[in-house]
Amino acid sequence: MADLRTNLAGIKSPNPFWLASAPPTNSGYQIMKAFDAGWGGAVWKTLGVPVVNVSSRYGTLNYRDNRMMGFNNIELITDRPLKDNLREISEVKKRFPDHAVIASLMVETREEWHNIVRDVENAGADGIELNFGCPHGMCERGMGSAVGQEPKVLQTIVEWVKEVAKIPVIVKLTPNISDITRPARAAQVGGGDAISLINTIQSVIGVDLDTFVPFPNVDGKSTNGGYCGPAVKPIALNMLKNCAQHPDITIPISGIGGVETWRDAAEFILLGATSVQVCTAVMHFGFGIIRDLKTGLERYMDEKGFETLDDFRGKALPNILHWEDLNLKYKVVAEIHKEKCIGCQLCYTACEDGAHQAIALSSDPTDRKPTIIEENCVGCNLCSIVCPVEDCITMERRDDGKEHLTWGDRTRAGDIPKTFDDPLAGGLHHWVPEPAEALAKVKPRHYRG
Amino acid sequence: MAEYKKPTSEAEFAANFSPKKPLMSDTEAYYESSRCLYCYDAPCITACPTGIDIPLFIRQINSGNKEGSAKTIYESNWMGHACGNVCPTEELCEGACVYNHSDVKPIEIGRLQAHATDKVIRSKKKLFRAGKDTGKKIAVIGAGPAGISAACELRMLGHAVDIFEAKAKPSGLCVYGVAPYKLTNEEALDEIAYLQDQFGFTVQYNKPINGRADFEKLEKGYDAIFIGIGLGATSSLGIPGEDKQGVIGALEFVEELRMKHHKTTVGKKVIVLGGGNTAMDAASESCRMGAESVTIAYRRGPEEMGAYPFEFDLAKKSGAKALFNVTPIEVMGSKEVTGVKFIRNKAAYGKIEAIPGSEFVEACDMVLLGTGQGKQVELLEQISGVKLEHKSRILDDRGRLVVNEQYQTNNPKYFAAGDAVNGGVEVVNAAAEAKQAAHGIDQYLKK
Repeated sequence: MADLRTNLAGIKSPNPFWLASAPPTNSGYQIMKAFDAGWGGAVWKTLGVPVVNVSSRYGTLNYRDNRMMGFNNIELITDRPLKDNLREISEVKKRFPDHAVIASLMVETREEWHNIVRDVENAGADGIELNFGCPHGMCERGMGSAVGQEPKVLQTIVEWVKEVAKIPVIVKLTPNISDITRPARAAQVGGGDAISLINTIQSVIGVDLDTFVPFPNVDGKSTNGGYCGPAVKPIALNMLKNCAQHPDITIPISGIGGVETWRDAAEFILLGATSVQVCTAVMHFGFGIIRDLKTGLERYMDEKGFETLDDFRGKALPNILHWEDLNLKYKVVAEIHKEKCIGCQLCYTACEDGAHQAIALSSDPTDRKPTIIEENCVGCNLCSIVCPVEDCITMERRDDGKEHLTWGDRTRAGDIPKTFDDPLAGGLHHWVPEPAEALAKVKPRHYRG
Repeated sequence: MAEYKKPTSEAEFAANFSPKKPLMSDTEAYYESSRCLYCYDAPCITACPTGIDIPLFIRQINSGNKEGSAKTIYESNWMGHACGNVCPTEELCEGACVYNHSDVKPIEIGRLQAHATDKVIRSKKKLFRAGKDTGKKIAVIGAGPAGISAACELRMLGHAVDIFEAKAKPSGLCVYGVAPYKLTNEEALDEIAYLQDQFGFTVQYNKPINGRADFEKLEKGYDAIFIGIGLGATSSLGIPGEDKQGVIGALEFVEELRMKHHKTTVGKKVIVLGGGNTAMDAASESCRMGAESVTIAYRRGPEEMGAYPFEFDLAKKSGAKALFNVTPIEVMGSKEVTGVKFIRNKAAYGKIEAIPGSEFVEACDMVLLGTGQGKQVELLEQISGVKLEHKSRILDDRGRLVVNEQYQTNNPKYFAAGDAVNGGVEVVNAAAEAKQAAHGIDQYLKK
């Protein structure tokens, strides 16, 4: 049976699923409820300088009937009194001694940092997370992402914290920066015990077409917010990979950004995360999703023969290379398994209009199943991605696997195209129709001019 | 089996005849429209006689462009709302949905269509404008689906249109012949009013065209004449006792039901003769009107019924039973019907053959003839230009108007579409044909 126990820089929890510092961790009530439901840890909603919140705080990006594909907020750090939060931290720890309670913090001066670190330690927190990520409201006051975007400032504050901290310190990074590894390295150099990423991405979630006010609407005005939810996962995974692969970043990483299912969590762990933090999915579906997260990850580990999380942490990292190290001799083409095809022709129109004109329709209008024109197919995957039927279009390998040649190899061998007409240039060998053929094409009868 | 109590009030009638395809709420339409795959050159479009760009109108519902959605529908089909409700979508668009091939429920296209058109009809927002006046005038005979569709399209083309309708209300079978659980009178009439409001054709009600003199008057007053008169009354069976009290045509029964609702007279034991869709409707409706027993009697086996399988299923679910391979030979009773004498049949070389000595009487107090509508032969033969030679005849051997590809009859001034031409199909076929006929008229007038 898989063992989900987690240890991030000394912060121990029964499983890697932590609630991220956000509205679900606003109170001891919520965190107790979450621990009772099965969550392994919780990062308390950021404690720090006094703030005032606005009414109307969230906005959503829906995709058709799927709500909260993306989510943004303009809420600030906790607006509850510090003493109440400290008391509740103690109470939670007393009731759940084996669960991880991490205090997220955000203050300004060295003295304030020292005081608040001691306060949360005295309350019984297992760790500290420094909020250097918040991209709205706090950054204008020189905190949050304003710190995360300045590696030197970040390093200094980590050093202040480490001057007094006896418990592990996690540095939470903002993605609103071009190279995430710079603040990550600064966190390590400053003495941080771990990093967590990503915080939210600065965003305008949408505009109301009737009032011309972006969401969320605060008395006829809006402001940029922080973007999160399933849609940001690919950005988070890339930043996680960048840090996890970096030779100078050796401290553990808590992964954050769009985790909703055990699959998402497994992907974060495969790219090097030690724990994962979840917020939007809980704001959407409640704490109960932990049951799928835990049982799904356990089943996956059992199936793969992983006994502990360490057995597969970072296992995907060696498989992400620079583009120039990919094998140019690898060749796949699409194959339509016609017995599964339902004739929607989405693959046809996607390839025809959006890719390489490598799918043909039958001349018999009663036969709606398309055919791959293999010589035109560049193996881009698009058709297999748009196909609504599981395993109906698969990508089949066509090279024999014996040859391996990369752009890097070719560069080093002086075997790369120098001009557009160079016979070595890739596009020269790709078939494209003549432009005017587009106009001669038979259109479906309902495509009106 | 559903048990229906005889409705005694409008509310009870409405409950027994609750819509088969109820109007979708905004939420339901949003979720259902989200499922559409937006197929390329979608098979649902091909399956629609009017060729509505279904994936487009569904996408327009989903993106919050319901007005655009309704416009997409009406551009192809002027009876968009009626068709959304009454079309046999299982056999047409929804039957062609690719989801059927992957055991996923097909998109509810009919209900989505009704949703979009309902919105715009209620809003009264005009989506179309009549074309620039051509100075030409067209007479349209019949304000049914064919006549209304032709009128709208002719107005788009800039021709003036006067419609002559024999009955007191427009929309033909949509009001007088469709089962009440498919389309209400209000829905049917609101759509016509909506169309008339934006196109400004005139309709003269209770103005039947009765004969030669009327045709000649139209010929003098109009540049072309469109015939959309549909079919006639239910044909007789030609068996003894057919004139007894309690024997009525299924279509006439439906008409009474549409007009009188719960006040319609229905027998306790009803026999419905026929295997077509109208017979199935009459059977379902008799059940819903509280008849104690309803029996469908058909000469051949179930697989040979003209009705769509889902219509037969609905009749059965409503409580009807069926007798197959039986031919009615006599209606029994003195003044009022007391039963029908049948003889059993067997199939022999594709034909049916009576089994001697197999006669039996099925008791009943009402017989509904679902034996098809007659053609309006006598009337149509009074159109001038009738010649005996086959090629130039107005009607074919089965009493249908003969038309060319432009829906022009052999009297060049007359065009026709709908049941009178196709022998009786669906509202959607009438809408499709009439639209083309309007273009035929336009071409004719330009010559």
